[in-house]
Amino acid sequence: MAGSPATVKPTPILKDELDIVIPTIRNLDFLEMWRPFFQPYHLIIVQDGDPSKTIKVPEGFDYELYNRNDINRILGPKASCISFKDSACRCFGFMVSKKKYIYTIDDDCFVAKDPTGQQINALEQHIKNLLSPSTPHFFNTLYDPYREGADFVRGYPFSLREGVATAISHGLWMNIPDYDAPTQLVKPLERNTRYVDAVMTIPKGTLFPMCGMNLAFNRELVGPALYFGLMGDGQPIGRYDDMWAGWCVKVICDHMGWGVKTGLPYIWHSKASNPFVNLKKEYKGIFWQEEIIPFFQSVKMSKEATTVQKCYIELSKEVKEKLGKVDPYFDKLADAMVTWIEAWDELNPSSAEKPAK
Amino acid sequence: MRTQPPSLLSLAVDASVLHLSHFSDLSPLPDHILLDLFLKRTLRAGKLNEKILKLFLATGKEEVLSLIQTLNIQHILTPVLPTKSPKMSVVNNIEDGEIDIVIGALHSDLRPFMSAWKSIFSRYHLIIVKDPDLKDDLQIPEGLSFKIDIYTKSHIDKVVGSSTSIAFSGYSCKYFGFLVSRKKYVVSIDDDCVPAKDADSFLIDPVAQHLRNLATPATPFFFNTLYDPYRNGADFVRGYPFSLRSGVTCALSCGLWLNLADLDAPTQALKPEKRNSRYVDAVMTIPARVMMPISGINIAFNRELVGPALCPALRLTGEGKVRWETMEDIWSGMCVKVVCDHLGLGVKSGLPYVWRNDRGDAIESLKKEWEGVKLMEEVVPWFQSMVLSRTATTTEDCVAEMAKRVKEQLGGSDPGFGRAAEAMMDWVELWKKVGSGPSPV
Repeated sequence: MAGSPATVKPTPILKDELDIVIPTIRNLDFLEMWRPFFQPYHLIIVQDGDPSKTIKVPEGFDYELYNRNDINRILGPKASCISFKDSACRCFGFMVSKKKYIYTIDDDCFVAKDPTGQQINALEQHIKNLLSPSTPHFFNTLYDPYREGADFVRGYPFSLREGVATAISHGLWMNIPDYDAPTQLVKPLERNTRYVDAVMTIPKGTLFPMCGMNLAFNRELVGPALYFGLMGDGQPIGRYDDMWAGWCVKVICDHMGWGVKTGLPYIWHSKASNPFVNLKKEYKGIFWQEEIIPFFQSVKMSKEATTVQKCYIELSKEVKEKLGKVDPYFDKLADAMVTWIEAWDELNPSSAEKPAK
Repeated sequence: MRTQPPSLLSLAVDASVLHLSHFSDLSPLPDHILLDLFLKRTLRAGKLNEKILKLFLATGKEEVLSLIQTLNIQHILTPVLPTKSPKMSVVNNIEDGEIDIVIGALHSDLRPFMSAWKSIFSRYHLIIVKDPDLKDDLQIPEGLSFKIDIYTKSHIDKVVGSSTSIAFSGYSCKYFGFLVSRKKYVVSIDDDCVPAKDADSFLIDPVAQHLRNLATPATPFFFNTLYDPYRNGADFVRGYPFSLRSGVTCALSCGLWLNLADLDAPTQALKPEKRNSRYVDAVMTIPARVMMPISGINIAFNRELVGPALCPALRLTGEGKVRWETMEDIWSGMCVKVVCDHLGLGVKSGLPYVWRNDRGDAIESLKKEWEGVKLMEEVVPWFQSMVLSRTATTTEDCVAEMAKRVKEQLGGSDPGFGRAAEAMMDWVELWKKVGSGPSPV
């Protein structure tokens, strides 16, 4: 399994290349538990809800904090694409970051323990996942072949063994599982206690439900595709922000030839949200996803879509055309997707010049 | 006329019958009363049970003991049943009689194999197919209580004859077992594997896990990040469309291997000490239209649904008696996956694990045989692009169509493919002739 210390290369910490983005509306007490793992990194806190409230950040962390007033000031009219009263606002943090990698985590997620009782350094595992290739073109039955102790199995073509760049590392959760409201209502006591010691690439052409609670990505590669949509206050839907981003980014990764991994690391999800409140938020989503999924499964990007931004704009046109008839919400969403890309390009010009805060 | 009123003693003995279970010791009773109590009162009143019998036996009184013997009163023997955890409840939907375990014997001495698997296999019917190239007689342990049918070269020749291009030698011999089986489910494990232990050091019963995989739906149309949603403690996650939650029938279950993993010769040769010690506690559905290398070392399938699709077609020129020198299962597996995708069936991978014993020399195999590795370069993209026609509605139709395409599109690049196409066509014919109905052996 694990090689001897002499043969295992230490994982680079990437302290100056990675930002941790945390959306919060309450407090950041959870950071105390993460201190040994997070302290070297720069944090971007996106404060949702009432901007007059002061969110206290524990001592010793290097951070920048944005509340709704900051978002409005920085984006002006384009701020309309950033959701309010929903953790979807986190994508503002992705936009203003200047780093190559992002790790985003919810404020009710804590350090989990592996079956040996050791604390899991989630960030280190995410970095391992992002720095090693993905294998979306052919499924490896021993899962991630680049992990210590694993390899490609017999029959795996050698020409596919180099893999492709990994764009997303999707982590999982012990304790409160990420169920939808109906499932939560039926199984309020179910807890995820199963530690599955695997990381795997989600095959090309396969969609998955991406959860934003414990997610890392290569911002330089796919940042613009990680727009978390219009959710929460004033919107007919909530709790589908990360789902939307996940479907968009997977389609784009498949088109651009990048990989998405899922599995380790686990974090400990402590808070079970109110299933009745969730049901109200998700209600429309549960019906709409029946149309949305076939849409994403069949959408094709053109040959001209050679950058992520171009892919995303094309996607927004398809959304307007094909999903607009499901509900006028999708019209608004398609417009917001365009606004997002415009805002992204404004804040992230290709030149080295960085806009002042 | 008035009858004699019961004596006080008689009343006391009668009363005691009702309360026998509360007594802990009957030995102080005088012999004649004890006998009376036993014979006339307890037996006649139908109040003898295990506990009360033990009570009488404990007195050690000779007359009581000889009475028990004469009347042939025996203890009820409760059969020792295998422990059934709540997770096993699904397996109960499949009867033991619906399963065949097919073993391809590439070693003549099967005694260690059979003793290792005895406790797990004994409930089921076993089919052992002897590699026709094996010269020595098979050795099976004596006194096994389970039902085994052994098939050898003569059976194969009789059923298949010389008309077919299919060679049932080496690992391909087990396909003969698949052909003549008449059960709904088949489980097949290589003869160099033994039961593995899970993270808690319990022996893993791969048959039970395979059956669980086959008995619960597969979910190939959308990936569930918590893996198999039908396992205890898991479910579909947020964002999983409800219309896809009923899943499809699982037709194939692919297990994994601890210790000697199924790596190819170059990989194992490069790292000869490498062994797989990671137990990944997951079963997952392989998404639709996604290809994977399906190893034949530890599999199970629904024979009724996909039997004809598991075909012994691709034989390497240097085909040998170790997995590093074969590709038949990889080819067969891709055929099955295409068929399943086309017919809307599912394929699962993950648990169960078996322990695969060290065997052979990867470096030697590599010297002999690298052809298989080369062939995969062409084979994989070809299978990935395969779309069967709408008219192919049965498994046999699908295999026949694939065979034709192999001949037309791949036959030119390597004679091995041409032979594989022929073997596939022969297999479909063979299956039609002897794959169902009364057993041909």
